[in-house]
Amino acid sequence: MTTTAPPRAVRTAGLAGWSGRTIAGVVLLLFTLFFLIPILWLLLAAGKSARALLVQNPFSPGTWQDLAANWNQLFGFQGGAVGGWVGNSALYALGALVITLIAGIPAGYALALTEFRLRRPLLILTLVVMLIPNTALVLPIFLELNTVGLIGSPLSVILPMSFFPFGVYLAYIYFSTSIPRDLLAAARIDGCSEIQVFARIALPLAAPVVALVAFFSFVQNWNNFFLPFVMLPSSDGYPIQVGLTTLLSSTPAFNPSSAGSDSVQLPTLALATIVSVLPVLLVFLFSQRFLVSGLTAGGTKE
Amino acid sequence: MATEAGVQPAPVATGARRRRNSTASAIGYVFVSLYALLALAFGVLPALYAVILAFTTGDGAFAGFDNFGKVIADFRFGPAVVHVALYLLVWLIALTVFVVVLSLVVHAIRVRWLSTAFRFVFYLPGALAGASSVLLWLFVLDPTASPVSGILHALGFSSFVQVISPANLPVIFAIIAFWTGAGGWIVIMYGALNNISNDVMEAARIDGANALQIALRIQLPMLRKWISYMAVMSLAAGTQLFVEPQLLSQASNAVVPNSYSLNQLAYQYAFQQNDFNGAAAISILLLVVALALSAVFVTRGGLFEKD
Repeated sequence: MTTTAPPRAVRTAGLAGWSGRTIAGVVLLLFTLFFLIPILWLLLAAGKSARALLVQNPFSPGTWQDLAANWNQLFGFQGGAVGGWVGNSALYALGALVITLIAGIPAGYALALTEFRLRRPLLILTLVVMLIPNTALVLPIFLELNTVGLIGSPLSVILPMSFFPFGVYLAYIYFSTSIPRDLLAAARIDGCSEIQVFARIALPLAAPVVALVAFFSFVQNWNNFFLPFVMLPSSDGYPIQVGLTTLLSSTPAFNPSSAGSDSVQLPTLALATIVSVLPVLLVFLFSQRFLVSGLTAGGTKE
Repeated sequence: MATEAGVQPAPVATGARRRRNSTASAIGYVFVSLYALLALAFGVLPALYAVILAFTTGDGAFAGFDNFGKVIADFRFGPAVVHVALYLLVWLIALTVFVVVLSLVVHAIRVRWLSTAFRFVFYLPGALAGASSVLLWLFVLDPTASPVSGILHALGFSSFVQVISPANLPVIFAIIAFWTGAGGWIVIMYGALNNISNDVMEAARIDGANALQIALRIQLPMLRKWISYMAVMSLAAGTQLFVEPQLLSQASNAVVPNSYSLNQLAYQYAFQQNDFNGAAAISILLLVVALALSAVFVTRGGLFEKD
């Protein structure tokens, strides 16, 4: 119905006139509201008291006092558990990020610019695993790590997250398309060893793709729910994403049986949601230019 | 590989070249070693181990397809398949239609900052993946606190339990998944639209094609590869549904069952029933679906081959 009308209208503004453009405008407006309202509301809700959240206009601003009270309730929950969860998230996400880069960038380089017998099998394995959802291997990895007794250790989360085929694929594409082979050959003639060719020539040129891999790895690791949920039985080891479930089950509004001394009010839960995504949100804001430019599309295309 | 042979530096003495090749080969292994190790430990081995578990009994005896028979006959298996299938149906249709429309519209905006702003707004919810986005939507769907309580009341919902009645769940999960995931695809489609050469568009325009014809005859066919990529990836990811029903089950006092989706059922097998073989069987079923979908792309897509 309206599916193809908007582009016509906007493209040929002079021909299709204002009616088509109006439809396109309405579509954009509706979807903008759809994408933005929940986020705006969330930011406002964290600054309200539990009562204000229910009786006030949803888009009225909160107060700093209530925000502070919610903050104190959140970080006082179960003797400061939330701070620990955020710390765990940082440890897991950054630990996996470091290993991902150390393992993945040289691997992408080798797959693109060197010859060795297992190159093609490894490349195919990378593509296949990259294309299967990362939750598909979680239970099998649990079963595997269970036999070696790693369940509950931070490594049971960090190591599986460090295996990041998409990052290797991005590095591989970058090295095979953007690094002139002549340059590397020239460096070899000038007496660089293979390691030096990589470290002094290729790596500095690959800074953009290193940043890209780091970005995707961090966001994915920070937001990962299923893997830590399965691997870490003890609440002490939870990352914040899993900790949210504990907060949720202590919220009487969603779990009436939880009304007790350590219960969580709705605005506090809203604040917890903000805290749980804040690092990723900040990373998004700082990298918005490259995120929306379609560069990522180019990355997966060629 | 042919390309690489072509770039070998000009004629060198054969002995030197052989040495160069073997060094390059050895260094290749050094560079991939850590990654290969991780791939083995967390890609290949778990899959193989799950296969073994799926075909054996708890004592390690060969079980044939018994585990698969058992989980498929489980009274929770059929409903879980239906739940996931309904969710996928709603989600994939919504995703395909709206992502294509929105990317065409945004691409048609000539004011540059405005187009950038829209893409950013669409992309932003992607920061709230996983449990955070579900939690946020619990608020939005709870008529007592919701910012859109007016809409919920107008639709006849006055309590949270009414909103999350089983009939609504596929739509709710689709909305959550669309909210977090659509922006990324819109950006990708936008990038693909940018890659259509201006000459082609210009030529079509000179030939008298209007914008609708350009969209249908040029832009959509050029996007087809990306649309099918999106559909296949989303299909594979959707079969893995876990965190949304898991949290909703928790937040609804089990009005939503904790075996709503297949992955949850596998989780129940592993952690409630201590039946790793049954859990492995479900994991393998899901893995086979995912592998089949990705294999289609690796072998037939042509999208990812450099050699």
